[in-house]
Amino acid sequence: MSIRLEHLNYIYSAGTAFERQALNDIDLEFPDGQFIGMIGHTGSGKSTLIQHLNGLLKPTSGRVLYNSEDIFAEGFDLRRLRSKVGLVFQYPEHQLFETDVFTDVCFGPKNLGLPKEEIEARALAALQQVGLKEKYYKMSPFELSGGQKRRAAIAGILAMEPEMLVLDEPTAGLDPKGRDDILDQVAKLHSERKITIVLVSHSMEDIARYVERIIVLNHGSVLFDDTPREVFRHYRELEQVGLAAPQVTYLVHELEEKGWDIPTDVTTVEEAAQAIAGTFKSMSQR
Amino acid sequence: MGIIKASKLAFDYLKMDEEGKVESKSRAIDDVDLDVEEGDFIAILGHNGSGKSTLAKHINAILLPTEGTLYVDGKDTRDESKLWEIRQTAGMVFQNPDNQIIGTIVDEDVGFGPENMGVPQQEIWQRVEDSLKKVGMWEYRDHSPNKLSGGQKQRVAIAGVVAMRPKCIVLDEPTAMLDPNGRKEVIRTVQELNRQEHVTVILITHYMEEVIEADKVIVMDQGKIVMQGTPHEVFSRVEELRGYRLDVPQATLVAHELQRMGLPLPDGVLSNEELVCELEKLQRHVQLS
Amino acid sequence: MLREITIGQYYPADSVIHKLDPRVKLAGTLVFIVSLFAFASVEAYLLATLVLAAVIRASKVPLKFMLRGLKTIFILLLFTVAFNLFLTRGTPIFHFWIFTVTKEGVKTAVFMAIRLVYLIIGSSVMTLTTTPNNLTDGLEKALSPLRRIRVPVHEIAMIMSIALRFIPILLEETDKIMKAQTARGADFESGNLIQRVRNMISLLVPLFVSAFRRANDLAMAMEARGYHGGEGRTKMRPLVYARRDKLAYLAMLLYLIAMFFVNRIGFFAGIIRW
Repeated sequence: MSIRLEHLNYIYSAGTAFERQALNDIDLEFPDGQFIGMIGHTGSGKSTLIQHLNGLLKPTSGRVLYNSEDIFAEGFDLRRLRSKVGLVFQYPEHQLFETDVFTDVCFGPKNLGLPKEEIEARALAALQQVGLKEKYYKMSPFELSGGQKRRAAIAGILAMEPEMLVLDEPTAGLDPKGRDDILDQVAKLHSERKITIVLVSHSMEDIARYVERIIVLNHGSVLFDDTPREVFRHYRELEQVGLAAPQVTYLVHELEEKGWDIPTDVTTVEEAAQAIAGTFKSMSQR
Repeated sequence: MGIIKASKLAFDYLKMDEEGKVESKSRAIDDVDLDVEEGDFIAILGHNGSGKSTLAKHINAILLPTEGTLYVDGKDTRDESKLWEIRQTAGMVFQNPDNQIIGTIVDEDVGFGPENMGVPQQEIWQRVEDSLKKVGMWEYRDHSPNKLSGGQKQRVAIAGVVAMRPKCIVLDEPTAMLDPNGRKEVIRTVQELNRQEHVTVILITHYMEEVIEADKVIVMDQGKIVMQGTPHEVFSRVEELRGYRLDVPQATLVAHELQRMGLPLPDGVLSNEELVCELEKLQRHVQLS
Repeated sequence: MLREITIGQYYPADSVIHKLDPRVKLAGTLVFIVSLFAFASVEAYLLATLVLAAVIRASKVPLKFMLRGLKTIFILLLFTVAFNLFLTRGTPIFHFWIFTVTKEGVKTAVFMAIRLVYLIIGSSVMTLTTTPNNLTDGLEKALSPLRRIRVPVHEIAMIMSIALRFIPILLEETDKIMKAQTARGADFESGNLIQRVRNMISLLVPLFVSAFRRANDLAMAMEARGYHGGEGRTKMRPLVYARRDKLAYLAMLLYLIAMFFVNRIGFFAGIIRW
């Protein structure tokens, strides 16, 4: 499956004093199986954009194509699209409402009108995919810890068996271990189940560690759309729009400024360590 | 004696059944000793559920110790007659910016604390102006808080506490819900208050980058203090920190990684600047030999 | 962008009306509304129109905003006019199917419509020129004598002002949860009754949970900032009457007297005409 955005414009409160253009002529392609990161400062249009991917927002102008079908065309089944494009909002645990975790995860597939056995099989599979232990299934979602609640909420989306998973800052408010756990689970979903992932994040370090492609939004337009290596090469421009590169990118740039012969297209801790060690090695060989 | 002194502090959360009988107890903080000097910048680290927020709430006498004692500026927090003095001495800033702003206009919110203290009207305005200027939000004094960014809201919340002229400010994960720029704004504001106004700061967080300039870092796990020392001392124990579900700054990680590859770097490198400096030293050494 | 909606729709401007004490504006609105009911005549309504127009001009709020409130009462207005038009007995003007329109009917319908419209515009002038908190303060002060009979006036005012701050936040939250559940296949617009109820539960439970969490946080934040009820509390904006407020009261009195006389002229003129 693939999703394409064509000349997408979105204007909030059109025709009132509060009118604001949130998206400006967006052209983007989300092909099958990619792990995409989306960055941009607060108010750059990220949240607005992702809500177009499953038809929660209708563009003011432009088209959203799902497998080259216009999702706002007459007769298009938006509910089916929503099961194919799973959208995990910020603080998704705030949407939990059932008496126990398992029933809550069943809510999505139930809405799809599936038979009972299928619903329960999917819920079970989803809970296993997020790595939530079985002893929590029958507990009230409100008794779980923050990280567990978040997993339960993500399972609620996965139970719809989406082909694409869009996560809006899935690690907000979690502690470092909780952050790594969630992101590792997401990466696993991508590698094992070939689900397309769109990860919206403020953490350049996380983005650099996981994604293969970065979309940078600024004032409702696409500023960059490339591999992490290429995007973070523009770290000065990123700073101008309120973003930054991973810390290690700055580290190697600082070394280069001091006259070191070192590759600067470094985005992760491992790469930085390799680059520095490599430089030392060639130094001692000389 | 320091401004905050806890000895053998312990706190149990009680779970009640329907008849109000204690069903189960869980110890949130356990045998904590703490001595904070006036003017210090203390950072408390710990994963979610490690007891750091429970500890913070004790300093403001929102929670009272189950066992042990806690003195704030020489006052026992269990002494009910000193309650309002304690709350004025140790102000508190919480995590969710939306849920701690009471006023519908910025200046009104900042004046809320002084109003409660019964400060005369003229002085309230003086304090509101002073504290809004200190956090750099004076231009926004007549704005609605709903239209501010997360970082701005937290600065207003800080101003609201500053207006009560506390000796100490406790910030309970003030940046957890903010974006990186908001986080920087808030931390910068807190650092300035500490340096220029000599307000004692207790910052609770799990963002490691925010604590590298603290005077002292305390790590909590399962209600206990498990590590404490200068940032250098604490961050030199990378593996141990990971065991407590914590992280270290990227520069520290790179140094750690390089050490493992055999480069003789010192422990506890905290920032890019330090790492560059150490690597330069090493480079000169290699070139000489 | 639900957060843009402010309850009470305050329109910031620098005008005399904005600067008036909220108690004056409360009293003024009350006086105006009472006058519309007490003095019902063409002449009195002409005077009321003049005064209202003058106040609106002085407030520097565009007329457009004043009229916005009418949208919400449009249906009510339609019903009131229809009821009065068709159900008032008197001298018939013409018949229409089973309805008879009378002279008296036309008159009461028109008067009722004017009353309703002016009532809304009159109170809009107050809400558009007074911040919600200022209004709450005004109410608190105006109702403070009730404290003697143990009405918790301060607490009520505090509850009102907190509600005013949190309504936009909760509206936004409702929107968010609704979208999150829609993303899980919930449908809030169609489906049979059972499905709809189930979907409403998926919205209401999280909303209540969130409201309680916020209430809990807020209570803690207020306590941490030394809030312990109205006792011993000072105010950063105490309400004190200025000269213009006293003048405004005088103007209200003059308005009432003028209405009384104009109405009497109208009364005599009315006898001659009808």
